[in-house]
Amino acid sequence: MEQKPDTSQIEEADLVARLKVGDQSAYAELVERHSPTIYNLALRMMNDREEAEEVLQETFLSAFRAVGRFEGRSQLGTWLYRIAYNAALMRLRKRHLPTTSIDEPLQNEAGDQIPRQLVDWTARPDEILLTGELRGVLDAAAAALSETLRGVFTLRDIEGLSTAETAEVLGLTETNVKVRLHRARLALRERLTGYFTPSGSRDAGQVGGAYGGRM
Amino acid sequence: MPGRLGERMAVECRDHLACLSDYVDGELDPDLCAEIERHMAECGDCRIVVDTLRKTVSLYRSYGHAELPPDTKERLYAVLRLDRQPAAGTSTR
Repeated sequence: MEQKPDTSQIEEADLVARLKVGDQSAYAELVERHSPTIYNLALRMMNDREEAEEVLQETFLSAFRAVGRFEGRSQLGTWLYRIAYNAALMRLRKRHLPTTSIDEPLQNEAGDQIPRQLVDWTARPDEILLTGELRGVLDAAAAALSETLRGVFTLRDIEGLSTAETAEVLGLTETNVKVRLHRARLALRERLTGYFTPSGSRDAGQVGGAYGGRM
Repeated sequence: MPGRLGERMAVECRDHLACLSDYVDGELDPDLCAEIERHMAECGDCRIVVDTLRKTVSLYRSYGHAELPPDTKERLYAVLRLDRQPAAGTSTR
């Protein structure tokens, strides 16, 4: 099948060309387009606004220095998010020395994935939203994920990158992205169930259910 | 009887668990999709897991993205020594 470059590819090539000749408006355009996702990725990874801001700044400073060598093998966005992710990981490694394993095994942890909480809370969050608590609840649940799961979940489900783009940013296979995304979602579902379920109904024999109920 | 279908059903639930994200994303093979739907018609626990999983994803999609704070953006432009674009946020693409 013949593949013609679409409009976004032409725009991207044009932007890269302008960046390489030092066009200031191209630099500003790059910042406008990609700073929101970079900030969100950094914020979820660091769980700290100041550090997220520092990662954001470092990312663009590094990218501006390196853009002359950008070869266009990936999209500009993917390239930038990868720089940001690596900058965040470096900081996290410094934060907790000796390093705990940032990556985690995909095998042997099947037990983690078994749903424990089996209460339907799908009608509740909107009420909580009115009290302004929802964002805090979502942030706390996401912050409890491991670093790798946070990266996958943020890029896929919050920032809307494709599986292929996420895999490229994080240096994972697409299969690993899918597996990790599923693990992240199950873990978040579990935590949100804990938040959104009134304690009374959780005590009514609903924990475990058909999944066995053994903790 | 949802949720109390014994060990055989528990095994079936566990078998389906790995596919539930693909199911929620509409990316599951149609045969497997039909199998999960048939199972959910009988298993209230799995239906709850699917419903709450879907809601979890939709909550983060709706409310998970934080806006870039204006002062953070200003400092970014200052550090990068860039002029703000006239209609920042609406001009690109």
